[in-house]
Amino acid sequence: MGQESARDRAYPPKPGDVYLYSTCLIDQFSPEAGLDTLNLLEREGIRVHFPDGQTCCGQPAYNSGYPDEARAVALQQLSLFSQPWPVIVPSGSCAAMMHHHYPKLFASDQALLARATELAARVFELTEFLVHVINFKQPDRGSACTVALHTSCHARREMGSHETSAALLSTLDNVDVVVQDRIEECCGFGGTFAIRYPEISEAIVSDKVASLRATGAERVVSADCGCLFNITGRAAKQDELAGIAPPTLPGEHIASFLWKRTSGIPS
Amino acid sequence: MSQIIHFDPDQDFKARSRTAVNDPAQRANFRGAMDFLQAKRRGQFGDQDELAGLRAIGAAIRQNSLAKLPELLELLEKNLTANGIQVHWAETAADANAIALGIARRVGARNIAKGKSMVSEEIGFNHAMADAGIDAFETDMGEYIVELAGEKPSHIIMPAIHKTKQQIAALFAEKIPGVAYTEDVDALIRIGRQVLRGKFAGADVGLSGVNFAVAETGTLCLVENEGNGRMCTTVPDVHIAVTGIEKVVEKLEHVPPLYSLLTRSATGQSITTYFNMISRPRQEGEKDGPREVHLILIDNGRSQAHADEQLRATLQCIRCGACMNHCPVYARIGGHAYGTTYPGPIGAIVSPHMLGLNATYPLAFASTLCGACVEVCPVKIPITDILIRLRNEAQAGEEQASLRGSGAGRSALATAIWKGWSLIYSRLGIYRLTSWFISRGHKLSPVSQGAWTKCRTALKPAPKRLRDLIRERRS
Repeated sequence: MGQESARDRAYPPKPGDVYLYSTCLIDQFSPEAGLDTLNLLEREGIRVHFPDGQTCCGQPAYNSGYPDEARAVALQQLSLFSQPWPVIVPSGSCAAMMHHHYPKLFASDQALLARATELAARVFELTEFLVHVINFKQPDRGSACTVALHTSCHARREMGSHETSAALLSTLDNVDVVVQDRIEECCGFGGTFAIRYPEISEAIVSDKVASLRATGAERVVSADCGCLFNITGRAAKQDELAGIAPPTLPGEHIASFLWKRTSGIPS
Repeated sequence: MSQIIHFDPDQDFKARSRTAVNDPAQRANFRGAMDFLQAKRRGQFGDQDELAGLRAIGAAIRQNSLAKLPELLELLEKNLTANGIQVHWAETAADANAIALGIARRVGARNIAKGKSMVSEEIGFNHAMADAGIDAFETDMGEYIVELAGEKPSHIIMPAIHKTKQQIAALFAEKIPGVAYTEDVDALIRIGRQVLRGKFAGADVGLSGVNFAVAETGTLCLVENEGNGRMCTTVPDVHIAVTGIEKVVEKLEHVPPLYSLLTRSATGQSITTYFNMISRPRQEGEKDGPREVHLILIDNGRSQAHADEQLRATLQCIRCGACMNHCPVYARIGGHAYGTTYPGPIGAIVSPHMLGLNATYPLAFASTLCGACVEVCPVKIPITDILIRLRNEAQAGEEQASLRGSGAGRSALATAIWKGWSLIYSRLGIYRLTSWFISRGHKLSPVSQGAWTKCRTALKPAPKRLRDLIRERRS
């Protein structure tokens, strides 16, 4: 796991075309985050290609101890990106799967390994792409607000993109980013971990919600939907039990947050 | 009369971890201790480049040890023997205890003073000695506290970290004759120290662990803070050291970087109060030191890890405990819930070799794979990759199984679910159909979603998938 390697990554010049790999969670549960990713990239003059054959990166099975099942799903994704364009992933976790773990998953087959390694080299997490390739700078058209940033563990420790997420938020003049206690600690999601050991997961996510609430942030922003669903789902359940109607700790994908603020759409 | 013992490691771990997360006092203890230890470690590694360089050196030294393990162990034996230290080989925990017992009986020992040693916990040393009528007693303060409480260590460096000073105060007042209840930490340490110091003088044998065994010089290095390690290895007439075969290092010059990584990662100390280098028994004309020094080199499953190209890295561990200090799961459930001698991330990856994966596989799943352990490991063990490998092994079919106890976590239902999942996400036609139905039926999505909704609101599919929205927008 390489923070060190993530920082040393070489980035290409701004391309004319990119692929968008939206992830299964965004496709099914949070499509607006995918559309806003598209908006952010197209505004920069980039043609965005969305391969319709995309399903899931295979991480759920890979992390749960089912490598054959993960490989079958990952194989479906390997054939989607025939042009040498960068592949933009609005999730640090899925990007890390493709960037770091695809070569391990296909290590035993030379031909597939070569394809996986070639693809891995041009997989970029959205925020690292916006910072290092696009040099993102758009005027903040939103009103003053206070947010907290949560970075997924794979984004932080495998992609190093906690720094790029923070850098993007710092370009927004009217946004005050507050820092929660133990910011680097996991939110307790861990994919199937949350289902297998719900009590431990609950203990971890409850602490995360408490630390976010303590900052007074109006919302939590993240580049990973899995963490967002976990954190805001827990907070909403607490609201529900307390009989509070509008959610007191809403969340937003960083793509939507950036797009709305820089295009003047109120959140 | 025979008894049927129900043994389900997954249910057992779930029950223990459930109890642990529902114990607010213990959770507060661990949280406070983990925050403290994390801050101490951070204070030691302000310079990230220095840390990266030192970790690379530490990993390389440990990898070198493992690459040359058989020849280094032979060299270690040769040089220890030349120095007058007797070397014994133990394949199993029972072998190790039998060797120690043989020595103890030969010298007519009635008791054994123990310095802190996790390997002695691993092999169940105290029980084995008690069964033979020999009193093995702890002299490390933390170990003494858990021994007094009839418990086991909950952390490999700080055995009694789960206890508050109030609990220790009550324990001392109850168990040590003539001691009044006091919450004054200095007073408590003084009390423990007084009890323990009295015991050294009458000890027949001293037992210790080993942090680094240097092959080229035949030297046993012991890292400690309390001085009890020095007492155990110098006061009694016989010293027995126990250690795993992986603790060997090739050269004396390999010790300083590992020592520095160990103390800074473990307790945030630049250096410990004591550092013992044991190279021979008492010589003619010397006034102190043991007349006999023994080293018992223990395999206890380590060879299985060593034989596997990927799992070999498990043995790089120098037992600093930083992985558990930074683990979000360990911080919530504490060490006892793991049910193994070594808890936390390192426990999850090392225990299968000692106890069989069939007994320990739930621990491989008791991780969010957040990688905090990997980030702080001073010798760069790829813990999360190894956890994933153990998950694969736990559920492996017969043809893929390669470890003792592989396949023990396999369930027909889970296998069928993942096969179904794989089918949906690898066949585009099926995925399109399934995801379309889920979107169209978003209003019908269940409010109760099993374990997920126990503490969270339900996940709701969007009425239209991203692919539909993009198609609409571009048509």
